[in-house]
Amino acid sequence: MAEMKTAAYICSGCELGNRLDVAQLSKIAQKEGKMALVREHAFLCNEEGVQMIRDDIEKEAVTHICIAACSRRSKTEAFHFPTVAISRANLREGVIWGIAEGEQHDEVRQEMAGDYVRMGCAEVKKMTLPLGNPNHAHNKRLLVVGGGMSGMTSALEAAEAGYDIVIVEKEAQLGGWAAKLWKRVPFKQPFAEPQDTGLAELAGKVSSHPRISVYLSSTIAETSGAPGRFSVQVKGAAGITTEEVGGIVQATGFTTYDINKLPELGGGKSANVIDQAGMEALARTANGAAIKRADGKEVKSVVFVQCAGQRDESGTHLPYCSGHCCATSVKQAMYFKDANPQVDTVVMYTDLRLPGMGEDFYRSAQQKGVIFTKGKVSTVAASGDGCEVKFRDLILDEDTALNADLVVLATGQVPTAGVNLEAWNPIVTAAEGGSAEAKQQRVEMQKTSVLNLNYRQGPDMPQLKNGFNDSHFICFPYETRRTGIYAAGPVRRPMDMLQATEDATGAALKAIQTVENASLGRAAHPRSGDLSYPIVRLEGCTQCKRCTVECPFGAIDEDERRFPQFNESRCRRCGTCMGACPVRVISFENYSVDTVGNQIKSIDMPDEFSEKPRILILACENDAYPALDMAGLQHHVYSAFVRAIPVRCMGSVNTIWITDALNSGYDGVMTMGCKHGDNYQCHFVKGSELANYRLSKIEDNLKQMGLEKERVISHEVAITDSARVAELINDYVAKIQEIGMSPMKGFN
Amino acid sequence: MNASIATNQTILVVGGGISGMTSALEAAECGKQVILAERNTSLGGRTSLLYRYFPKMCHPTCGLEINLRRLKANRNLRVMTQTEVTSVTGKRGDYTVTLKISPRYVNQNCTGCGECAKVVEAEIDNPYEYGLSKTKAAYLPHAMAYPQRYVLDASIVGAADGEKAKAACKYNAIELDMKTETVELKVGAVIWATGWKPYDAAKIQPYGYDRFDNVITSLEFERLADPHGPTGGKLLRPSDGKEAKNIAFIQCAGSRDENHLRHCSRICCMASLKQTQYVREVYGDEGKSTIYYIDIRSIDRLEDFYQKVQQDSAVKFVKSKVANIKLHEETNDLILHGVDTEGYHRYAAQHDLVVLAVGMEPESNGIALPADMITDSSGFIEGSKDGGQFSAGAASSPLDVNRSVQSATAASLRAIQVVHKTSATEGAR
Repeated sequence: MAEMKTAAYICSGCELGNRLDVAQLSKIAQKEGKMALVREHAFLCNEEGVQMIRDDIEKEAVTHICIAACSRRSKTEAFHFPTVAISRANLREGVIWGIAEGEQHDEVRQEMAGDYVRMGCAEVKKMTLPLGNPNHAHNKRLLVVGGGMSGMTSALEAAEAGYDIVIVEKEAQLGGWAAKLWKRVPFKQPFAEPQDTGLAELAGKVSSHPRISVYLSSTIAETSGAPGRFSVQVKGAAGITTEEVGGIVQATGFTTYDINKLPELGGGKSANVIDQAGMEALARTANGAAIKRADGKEVKSVVFVQCAGQRDESGTHLPYCSGHCCATSVKQAMYFKDANPQVDTVVMYTDLRLPGMGEDFYRSAQQKGVIFTKGKVSTVAASGDGCEVKFRDLILDEDTALNADLVVLATGQVPTAGVNLEAWNPIVTAAEGGSAEAKQQRVEMQKTSVLNLNYRQGPDMPQLKNGFNDSHFICFPYETRRTGIYAAGPVRRPMDMLQATEDATGAALKAIQTVENASLGRAAHPRSGDLSYPIVRLEGCTQCKRCTVECPFGAIDEDERRFPQFNESRCRRCGTCMGACPVRVISFENYSVDTVGNQIKSIDMPDEFSEKPRILILACENDAYPALDMAGLQHHVYSAFVRAIPVRCMGSVNTIWITDALNSGYDGVMTMGCKHGDNYQCHFVKGSELANYRLSKIEDNLKQMGLEKERVISHEVAITDSARVAELINDYVAKIQEIGMSPMKGFN
Repeated sequence: MNASIATNQTILVVGGGISGMTSALEAAECGKQVILAERNTSLGGRTSLLYRYFPKMCHPTCGLEINLRRLKANRNLRVMTQTEVTSVTGKRGDYTVTLKISPRYVNQNCTGCGECAKVVEAEIDNPYEYGLSKTKAAYLPHAMAYPQRYVLDASIVGAADGEKAKAACKYNAIELDMKTETVELKVGAVIWATGWKPYDAAKIQPYGYDRFDNVITSLEFERLADPHGPTGGKLLRPSDGKEAKNIAFIQCAGSRDENHLRHCSRICCMASLKQTQYVREVYGDEGKSTIYYIDIRSIDRLEDFYQKVQQDSAVKFVKSKVANIKLHEETNDLILHGVDTEGYHRYAAQHDLVVLAVGMEPESNGIALPADMITDSSGFIEGSKDGGQFSAGAASSPLDVNRSVQSATAASLRAIQVVHKTSATEGAR
């Protein structure tokens, strides 16, 4: 590694030169920041300014630069110098745009700018240029778990892009549920008739594809490793085979909700009450001819009961809607009408849900004479040779009944997602504590696992809700919490076949992307491309396990000696481990306890008689920091007494920063993170929640220090809160002025 | 053509909304070369004009920030704004595309300092507020605009304001003689992520969108609810600026109707359910929302949100296709006429604001697509016959954001297959 040579570049464009004493800032960079080179420029982001920096890097061997100009979010492409460590002192959005104009504010504005220059210099000196995860691995094969429609689609689409695939299917043949269908709902216009499933053709392509190998009647005994180097034990009839892969798509699909749980709807009580899967079997047997019941009687009347055991608010059945069942019932009603238009087919629904072009399919059914009745079914019972369906007719507003030869219950999809980690982890804790009962439970539960991950945090992917492995992010539907493992199809979310094929294709792309990035030692979403990675000084580690437990992505295991074992390719670089570590042995090259700690300590702290409080803001770089920038852009004026530092995630905030700040005389600390709780917005899932928990304990520290509890305050801030952050700051400054300056000043 | 700019290994993504950005980023993060062409002055598309997303009630700009950061960090991706695709010729793996780039009159020197806007006097309808407010004719499209660069409206070019703007710029960023440019590029695959537009509500004659000030679209309502919008987040009705506290939401405004849009637009039920919560956010129990609907389509786990809203005592559901709307002259309120089909009751209900949950029409209905393209009966794009051009997001089907992103991710892989195959063939040669 070349010797460190530092440089600071101070821009005087965008009014910076008029509002600030740039020469004084240069002096600060030189004298206090100890920058070897300090240059001013009137237009730093233009070609000439950028060239000046480039020349210094090339000719002067500059390795560490501080750019004192606009926010790190602005002119990012212009200030792209991949071979050096860079810090940005935010003088434009963070100072001259957000702080009151006018001469009377010149002094505090200049002090703020001076501190940001000090902080930028202090930060960059503690940074090293990230060089990429050295433990990266290059395996680019993909494992697809599940050989149904979704799994086969993922496999084929990835194979067609040039990747080698291993499919593991637990049944003796490919196809999954889709293979049991007589026909499927149309994917393309004219959206009028049930279509051949295309399953045989798809299975044929998969089986004969040179890049795809298939294990049938097989399950996964163990999965270990990380993106680029997963090792998977495939258990089949012939024993265990080890497959090395780089990424995983979990397309393990669903089972249907057990019809026997619906006795009031005749489920399990009458042979003439079947579910949609049973209906497909009858249609396959009929093969286009008149459809007959199990007892051989030709069906002349059929009622489809929608939402059977679904959309249930009582907590007994499935609370969600499975999305496909309205279209499926419409399709199945067509099976009857197409074979014999005289069959009475009634679809009984509360809300008919055929979105998009499904409307045309619905119209087609109406044209075929399918009857749609808005009604809520109360009971289905055997009656005579068939069934009686009692229901509330919601249009006529009356209780009534209908007789039919056959009743089809549209039951929902239940995901095959494996072990629910929320149930698993307490059992593991109890088992580790010696409970024999818990040990047995653990064994039983492990049998239901799909992936059998040997991860510290449990054998399957965390589930979001109702047992589905979905992402909680609207903008990022594939962001499950195990890096390099993507859920696809109805295991991720209830869905129809068309959506499952789209989903499977998207999941395949994400798996490809992870293996490509892992092979370059780069992070996956949301810090995609980040070359930094967590570095741990094990000699200082006390084996407290906080990092292994708190990592939102299960990236950290424990070795035999109970030391944390980082799997860098599983890491998303949020820094939650760094925030958790009580002995501060975890860091990233360009983001560490020191890079932030040094900034905090670098400022020029006024004495307690100055009446100039100093307030530290630790702001999430994804939402709160942009909100602060936009407060500047929109001129929501706020106090010049604050000093804001962007953090990767609130989860990365180590409480030492807060106590250090208070010890060195800051009068208050504000943290601004994303919403946590059920509708969390934290991009790292658990970061803001963990930070909230850690901060709830800070009061004890304050007490020990003899400080008021108001000296630390945390807020949830959304990216749109530009006006609100200014208010929060101003209110807090007023509060601090009310309680008075910190007594800690001058002790350092 | 300069191979370093684009080759048949390059993927062109048309449209820089959430779907196009996703397609472009997902491909670029797999190491592919991508050009992202956006017709407007900034990326972000229609979602950047929404106040909140259902069902989390989070802000679209939050995801936009992440996507912009991904984009700024990725050297494989080149963004071209104010750029339209005028032709695509050639075949799968070997297309020549013609791009028309309209002048911004501001070059890359722009620092976003805003001095030009300070001196320009002329105002234009704010294109990012559906014309609900004005903006200076030299403007930054919105706070999260990317590129973060001002735009000069063509109306002031050649006028004194244009010269003033130029004089105020210290960075030679304003070029009043900038002309429309046409460039030709080679690309291997094209992803159409052209998104959607709201159905023209004026065509639904009985609802009087063109006659009654207080009948607005669901998209305009998003702007009213947004604290960064024209009313600062107050739900002020257009006729008299009065606070609207008794609001009707009419579902299927244009959708599920063979005279208008034959498809169901999928998102509108959830959008209206979400918007009832905007009313609650502003007024608490005092703000009343009534949803007039045919079926509530809160599919899969979105059902939770419907159940939550059903428990909200300030929200009423009426199963009815509203027949017509009449103006109550004295109050500027609106009287909705129809039949509540649950029990067949006729009603004449008075509301102070009506929000039409307008359907999604493919934006591509207004642009000339390559002849090879297959579209469905509503104009949604299936893809090209030769299998080298794909659709993503709401260009392909009426989709919500989550499904659009899913579709856009899938489209990326399809495009990658094309460029991989092209390179494999070349390698074999």
